[in-house]
Amino acid sequence: MRERQASQDARRAREFEAFVAGAAGRLLHAATLLTAESPDDNPRARRLLTASLAHTYASWDRLRGEDPYDRTRQQLAVRFARGAWHQYGALSWAHPRGRPNTGGVLHRLTPQERLILVLRLFEGVAEEQTAALLGLPLERVRAICARAMANLLHPPREAPPAVAKVVPS
Amino acid sequence: MSSTDRREDAVRRILEGTPPPVPPNLHADAVRRGSRMLHRQRAARRLMWLLLFAAAVAFVVWASVAQPWVEPPSETTPPLTGW
Repeated sequence: MRERQASQDARRAREFEAFVAGAAGRLLHAATLLTAESPDDNPRARRLLTASLAHTYASWDRLRGEDPYDRTRQQLAVRFARGAWHQYGALSWAHPRGRPNTGGVLHRLTPQERLILVLRLFEGVAEEQTAALLGLPLERVRAICARAMANLLHPPREAPPAVAKVVPS
Repeated sequence: MSSTDRREDAVRRILEGTPPPVPPNLHADAVRRGSRMLHRQRAARRLMWLLLFAAAVAFVVWASVAQPWVEPPSETTPPLTGW
């Protein structure tokens, strides 16, 4: 019993190390795009990815032929969505203006737009799967993706400062 | 090539950008946290089985003492004596 456990532990460690060596770069890139951090300074993306990889490690023996990359990406998306929810109240409310430029290419987009754009175009997840993962209707995913692409390709001009200068009379 | 495809390609190029360097301790951190989660899950499962077993033993002991399937002696009819 104990011996079987030990051999299972060793096999899991070996397979997991190979998986991380192959997939960590791509996943970290996706996480950094999600958090809109600069590629050289991405503590939040690293935390997200470490937590997702830890979850994959813990469920490694129960994968039963499922793709560990898929599983980790799913964890990453769900954790990011949950974190954005707690941080901003709701995923789509957080307005990008008024937040500091953190250096990522997607810093103008809302967290929800970033999530859908990364899943659809960077990771190539089908629209139906994205909608199912995020619990949104298909049309909404399509609309948000289109809006995110438009915002990214043709960024709106910077908003004028909210407080107008007081003209002395 | 339609304009949608062209736009998607342009977005993909922007997204590809420069990949961030992978920190060397990522694997070790993930394994440490993952094995902690695994141990917690195992401990929780063991505790659950233990509780289930204890409940089953308690039930058997109670049943063998109380014997709830035996009909209780009647309390309304007085015992028949002097036939």
